[in-house]
Amino acid sequence: MTADEICAKVDGVLAVPVEDAAASGVYVGDLLSDVMGHAGEDCALVTIQNHLNTIAVCTLVGCSVLVICHNRPIPPDMAEGAAREGVAIVTTPLSQYAAALALSSLPPAEH
Amino acid sequence: MGSEYTPTILQGQQTSDDEILAKTPLDTKALGGDSSVIIMELLQRFKVRDVMKRQIISIARSATLREAQRLMRENRISGLPVCEEGRLYGIVSVNDIINGLDRGWMSDACEKHMATNLVVLEAGMPLAFALRYFNNYTYGRFPVLDSNRKLVGIVSQRDVMRALLYELSVEIRKLERKTSNNTQERAAGESYFRREWAVVRNDLSRAGHAANDIKSILRERKVDRTVSRRVAVAAYELEINICIHSHGGVLVLLISDETVTITAKDRGPGIPDIEWACRDGTSTANDWIRSMGFGAGMGLSNSKRVADKFDIQSEVGKFTKVTCTFNLKKQQEGAGS
Repeated sequence: MTADEICAKVDGVLAVPVEDAAASGVYVGDLLSDVMGHAGEDCALVTIQNHLNTIAVCTLVGCSVLVICHNRPIPPDMAEGAAREGVAIVTTPLSQYAAALALSSLPPAEH
Repeated sequence: MGSEYTPTILQGQQTSDDEILAKTPLDTKALGGDSSVIIMELLQRFKVRDVMKRQIISIARSATLREAQRLMRENRISGLPVCEEGRLYGIVSVNDIINGLDRGWMSDACEKHMATNLVVLEAGMPLAFALRYFNNYTYGRFPVLDSNRKLVGIVSQRDVMRALLYELSVEIRKLERKTSNNTQERAAGESYFRREWAVVRNDLSRAGHAANDIKSILRERKVDRTVSRRVAVAAYELEINICIHSHGGVLVLLISDETVTITAKDRGPGIPDIEWACRDGTSTANDWIRSMGFGAGMGLSNSKRVADKFDIQSEVGKFTKVTCTFNLKKQQEGAGS
């Protein structure tokens, strides 16, 4: 599923667009150590962690679509980092659970 | 009113550890003497309380905007904290005054028009944290609260710069004296690839940097993807650990024909109970580290889980050294989890 399609499903805004960004599964987590240990490759990560370190975790686990819940604002350094590393960011008014439900056509992406 | 401003109230804990660290001398040798590392060390070592202005000009909630305007003009300041008995209620900015003049609100009480969604810093936070907030928000200054949420100061970009420039000049002089007898050492053993990264305490903005480099190096050397990922997970966890729990240290990558080894060594404070620290979910991290999604006590257990061999040594007050080894050969036979 492309970042644009994910964005439409969660009723979100594509805060950082990245060409060809897509996901084949979903992982939900706010605990970055848990995400590091368990998120599968090519997943869309649904989280509330709106800071630069989330981008570092995405690049390490191979996630290229990040869904930030509750419309949390994206700080400039995070947006720059995401564009540089090729991670698309979608912001959504939904909660983590509601966003997960909206993306339920994708399978869980677990490592 | 009606603005789309999202309040961000930062919370932190001031531990006695911070106090100890504030007095710890810079160990440039342990960090390789790199000048950019020295700047980062300064940004970590110095806390907001070291550079903030402690004389606060403030106003009461019931005071009028006109009084606020007079205070701001007399003291040449562009933001006035609304504060009573140390408790911060809001801030009156130049913008509020302009609006007040425009709409005839100048006789209204400050509390009616002040901004109440405030971004504040805690006195015990490292300067690096303050700089990030100056970067991420357009405010020229932040109110500073102590651990009891009491207003204790105001910090502006200028205060930070002034303190940094002074400390840098001191450090540069020290470095100049050192460089004359600084000889470069090279590691022997040509069949090994070795690289080292300095990890600075509390500098979460750069955390993940070494792990990312390590992942790229492994990719370039065509190391199996699943092994690369396991190495990257351990490297990231250990990097974060040095960053949030230690006084700073190094992460070393060593690649041989048979193995990849990640070694994380820091300069203290050491772990009193290693068995406890390695257990899932045990952590000594403070609140603001946790609020960023770290410090859940999974770092050591995650590293242990992904590594083929795991070793940890620690001496309280001195160091912690964690070594994770990954077999390159075994993976090709389908082992590893």
